[in-house]
Amino acid sequence: MTTTTPASKAPTEPPVRRRIPKLSINLRQYGIVAALAVIVILFQILTDGRLLLPGNVNNLIQQNAYVLILAIGMVIVIIAGHIDLSVGSVVAMVGAVAAISMNNWGLPWWGAVIVSLLVGAAVGAWQGYWVAFVGIPAFIVTLAGMLIFRGLTLVLLTGGTISGLPAEFTAIGAGWLPSYLGELGGRDVLTLALGILTAVALIVFQLRNRATLARLDLPREPAASMWTKNGIAAIAIIWFAWLLSDYSGTPIILIVLAALILIYNFVLNRTVFGRHVYAMGGNLFAAVMSGVKTKWVNFYIFVNMGVLAGLAGVVSTARAGGAVASAGQNYELDAIAAVFIGGAAVQGGVGTVVGAVVGGLVMGVLNMGLSILSVDAAWQMTIKGLVLLLAVAFDIFNKRRAGGR
Amino acid sequence: MEHSIILRMNNIVKDFNGVKALDGVSLEVTRGQVHGICGENGAGKSTLMKVLSGVYPVGSFDGSIEFEDHEVAYKSINDSEHDGIVIIHQELALSPYLSIAENIFLGNENATRGVIDWNKTNREAALLLARVGLDENPATKILELGVGKQQLVEIAKALSKRVKLLILDEPTAALNDEDSAHLLGLIDHLRTQGITCIIISHKLKEIKRIADTVTVIRDGKTIETIDMNGPDATEAHIIRAMVGRDLNNLFPPREPAIGAEVLRVENWTVHHPVDVARKVVDGASFTVNAGEIVGFAGLMGAGRTELAMSLFGHSYGTNISGQVYKDGKEIQMRTVGEAIEHGFAYATEDRKRYGLNLIGDITVNVSAAALAKLAKYGVIDRHREYKVADSYRQKMNIKAPSVGSITGKLSGGNQQKVVLSKWIFSGPDVLILDEPTRGIDVGAKYEIYGIINELAAQGKAVIVISSELPELIGICDRIYAISEGKLTGEVAKADASQETLMHYMTAGKD
Repeated sequence: MTTTTPASKAPTEPPVRRRIPKLSINLRQYGIVAALAVIVILFQILTDGRLLLPGNVNNLIQQNAYVLILAIGMVIVIIAGHIDLSVGSVVAMVGAVAAISMNNWGLPWWGAVIVSLLVGAAVGAWQGYWVAFVGIPAFIVTLAGMLIFRGLTLVLLTGGTISGLPAEFTAIGAGWLPSYLGELGGRDVLTLALGILTAVALIVFQLRNRATLARLDLPREPAASMWTKNGIAAIAIIWFAWLLSDYSGTPIILIVLAALILIYNFVLNRTVFGRHVYAMGGNLFAAVMSGVKTKWVNFYIFVNMGVLAGLAGVVSTARAGGAVASAGQNYELDAIAAVFIGGAAVQGGVGTVVGAVVGGLVMGVLNMGLSILSVDAAWQMTIKGLVLLLAVAFDIFNKRRAGGR
Repeated sequence: MEHSIILRMNNIVKDFNGVKALDGVSLEVTRGQVHGICGENGAGKSTLMKVLSGVYPVGSFDGSIEFEDHEVAYKSINDSEHDGIVIIHQELALSPYLSIAENIFLGNENATRGVIDWNKTNREAALLLARVGLDENPATKILELGVGKQQLVEIAKALSKRVKLLILDEPTAALNDEDSAHLLGLIDHLRTQGITCIIISHKLKEIKRIADTVTVIRDGKTIETIDMNGPDATEAHIIRAMVGRDLNNLFPPREPAIGAEVLRVENWTVHHPVDVARKVVDGASFTVNAGEIVGFAGLMGAGRTELAMSLFGHSYGTNISGQVYKDGKEIQMRTVGEAIEHGFAYATEDRKRYGLNLIGDITVNVSAAALAKLAKYGVIDRHREYKVADSYRQKMNIKAPSVGSITGKLSGGNQQKVVLSKWIFSGPDVLILDEPTRGIDVGAKYEIYGIINELAAQGKAVIVISSELPELIGICDRIYAISEGKLTGEVAKADASQETLMHYMTAGKD
């Protein structure tokens, strides 16, 4: 994925003469989406259609929400050329703080959420300080953080667990939007409506963007390609809603995730901050010499990662219904794997929010498909490891063939 | 045997993607002599030595090499070292955390079946250190030694390989006077032991003192071989041979329209970031006017880039002192961001390392230094960004299919145009261009000179730093010479000649 930064995507779509190089870029950009489709179809066949049962689709979202949230933060960290090994421990610690704040301090569910995000921000500021201003490599700082925050979790929970959390809180991870619009043939109408609305919004947004490009006389993607791409996406969204509506409706966490994906996609592609992240990952020295305040950008990247780790802590504690000291184990590895499967480069400068989320879904579908097939946990781990290795190897072969750097 | 030829390089031609770095160089070195090689930066001296030592393997260049009366075909540096040819580069290649003895025998360990005999290693190292006159314990770590002593360790290492021909590339560039004198004494001593030496140096006094014969290289060709005991053995003669080339119409015409003073720098002093006692720039004072192109001439390591980088938001050095006045008002530029706000732009010497995001496309590189101009509330107007980038692509004649092209895949000349676009878009009043045409072919050079002229015509103050004297003389209205961190001369265009500049640039060098 080195050949494109998101900044160049939409408005600089190629005039006709660039069609050939652009095709190879497309292949790589959509390769991960295609891989997800292949894996879904494969498991759908292997499990005799059980993978895409409405209940499983619902669980896919609710079980993997934490990885997707962490992957969104992690992709920014990795684009900037760092890594964060501490997020699993932060998830556990924030979960403990959230549980204590409700059960011991009597905070309402929303108070616990605010406290959790603040704790996450504080953790991020702590690690960001050491990375950005002291200049200790993030690998070291967050490895230390992994131990520190796991230790503090044990201190907070004194080895035990806290359960019996308020229902409003657990709904964040395990609840659904109420059926405001009633049911139609046993399906939740609100979910269907949201699905259709999202699909329509996608098409309208794309058309408006095209109109702007045309008005400003900027190059546009060929109409056929645009319609195919967005048509498939719209159908997939509606189908997805169709499946969910047959279960319990729209998971609350899906709304949160959708908002995060939109916001962070915008931040990375459209804002000065996002551009600075890519610039630093692409060439740190050049970024410094262009006046980028690299220390502060690094600091905020870690604060942001902390806040998202806090949110992931809320979500996974809510889903589990309680705080345990062993929560969040290996979450950092899941998130890092998702980011790299999603096409980010180890040396930084490359990666997208959508890629990271799709990478997370690939891992999630693998988990679920293998579980349905009752594959032993030991083999599941082995297979996931191989998939990560092959995904990155595929990317490297691709780059070699393209004769890139 | 006394005056036999140890090395003959015949008609060596070496090109890099069509650019001829060496264009028929021939060299004869007499056994037991010290042979100096002189030439401007980029004349091809270092390339020639890399050809000799096998860094560029046989087959990657044309011409033949005879060493000790046999034609040789080195495939790697190991082959040439096996024959007793050892090169000591300007950047020393010692491992700082290993001891002197370990470094001397690195890759050549005194070992039986992989187990190192430390007693033998240290004993032999001590003998070698005695030969080069270095009074240190062989177990001392390299990082505890100064540059001068490290240089001696390199020579000891060469001696351990039974060196017959020792090549020293700018050996005294980083040394103080005392260490330099010691090193020259050592070379004298090695000569009495029958070791032949090739020494590349900019310091002509040094060459005059030590060399028996000097070969001058210019533009990849051998210009002259001078017997240093003969009548031509003068610095003036060598300088003329080094720089004497014809200036054809390499530069676009220009009518200078010079206005009021824009930049005045007084007493600018910068210390080395690690070796904090060392002054890299020492009390530099200069001015640049609107519409004026001012050159800075200096040899490698003279402090040109350090001066520019320290001005540009203290990007280099420590303990920076001195005053900067812009349009008569004193200003402070402590960060690159502040420098850009004050209307400064600095196109770096090494554009790949410091200038471009090579995995990014032309658009993101052009906008990189002035995103604020394209953004509202932190959100970039990408449509405008595209239009800006595309307008520069057309205006600057950047040869790429579109602004979506990745900069890493462009040619050097086009990359430089992207860098210049970036800084022109930032809307500066003072542009500092560091080696703006390095590694760029002649046609693109002409275009870049045209862009520089255009900037001056718009009333901007332009500073050009260059190793190529004809370039400075061709495009600048005024040229400052810098030597060892000090401004040693100021020459108006009318009085500028390469001889005068070279005289100032080597001033204070021994």
